[in-house]
Amino acid sequence: MSVTAIFALVRKDIHSELRTRYALNALVMFVVVAVATILFALRSDQPTSSVLAGLYWVVVFFTAMSGLSRTFVSEEERGTTMTLQLVATPSTVYFAKLIFNTALTFSLTIAVTALYMAVFSSTFVIQTMSTFLGTVILGSLGFASASTIIAAIVAKANTRATLYPVLSFPVLVVLLMTVMSATTKALDGEPFASALGDFQILIGYFLAMTAGSYLLFEYVWKE
Amino acid sequence: MNLISLTSTGVSKEFNRRSIFRDISFSLKGGESLAITGRNGSGKSTLVKIICGLLSPTRGSVAYKVENRNIDVDAVKDYIGLVSPYLQMYDEFTGLENLEVLSRIRADRDVSREWIAETLTTVGLWERRNDFVRTYSSGMKQRLKYAFAMLHRPDVLVLDEPTANLDYEGIAMVEKCADRQRSTGVLIVATNDHEEATWCAQRVVLGDHTL
Repeated sequence: MSVTAIFALVRKDIHSELRTRYALNALVMFVVVAVATILFALRSDQPTSSVLAGLYWVVVFFTAMSGLSRTFVSEEERGTTMTLQLVATPSTVYFAKLIFNTALTFSLTIAVTALYMAVFSSTFVIQTMSTFLGTVILGSLGFASASTIIAAIVAKANTRATLYPVLSFPVLVVLLMTVMSATTKALDGEPFASALGDFQILIGYFLAMTAGSYLLFEYVWKE
Repeated sequence: MNLISLTSTGVSKEFNRRSIFRDISFSLKGGESLAITGRNGSGKSTLVKIICGLLSPTRGSVAYKVENRNIDVDAVKDYIGLVSPYLQMYDEFTGLENLEVLSRIRADRDVSREWIAETLTTVGLWERRNDFVRTYSSGMKQRLKYAFAMLHRPDVLVLDEPTANLDYEGIAMVEKCADRQRSTGVLIVATNDHEEATWCAQRVVLGDHTL
């Protein structure tokens, strides 16, 4: 495994995504439709910060479900999995896909945040920005680390479209509960220190998920 | 070229308890060649994948040595070039971009722009190097696979259905590659074609398990 190889594969995925829009189109459309639906449903209601936090991460979760699996599914569908197996070690592929998924998830959360701030300008007000930023960064890392290994598993299955969210939810439920809790604290203006417990959980989740995925990935990647 | 040897010992493969082939054993070193033949469904491509380290055998093993040093299964791919119907290039990149991107992922410092250009010229794709692979014909895609396989100057060249989709010029190019590989490294050809099987000195017939 070399860092050069990892970043060469990340660059390949970025260029490929910009040319094919394989995942991007689905992600953008889902975000827009989901936020619009929530807007119409809430109308002039003033939801509490915990409801807003929950709705925020619901949009992020389901948008991620529609897009993050494609890093591996696209390789299987196009028949380029064998090509990658010939040029890169399993660990190179794992870390490259993890970095790409992290960047994709982080971009997704930024987009959702911007839309929420525009659409719910009077209610979605981030009082403690440091807590919110920490939650978004650690949440993105956690989403990506779990989604990458699950995407690698379902890419070889026949019913991958339904299998991915079914497998992902039980794995991600701890992450979802924690990020919703931290986001609520950010919206309520609680001090940064009050979210430290949540950050410890998120960091532990990311480290445990990444370590476990790294050890298992070779067996998933190879036939 | 490195002093490479590969040894297959009792390689067997089963899928869902159905035996594909059993106890395939052979040994090859630089300058030697092997044809893998057999009827459709006998497991030629499966054996090719096992030889290339892409698939694990149910029993047995394939071991590589370079200058009497055992090679880890992950490092085996650095010594192998593979052309296979199951291999695909990236349609959204040009022929040239595919080779540049894949050599960067392989972190192969020996692959220069000049060598990529020479390889594309050898396979007859220089004129179409800046066209997207999705615009290529099936024969051109097969030529690009040859360019990819030879790019890192492999010690072992494995050809699965080597002349599929190729015209007479393409077949002549493949015969030259096979000739060159036979003299400098190891050549393995998996084929149903009797003519292609004669490129190799040794033969394993799947279904008969004979060598």
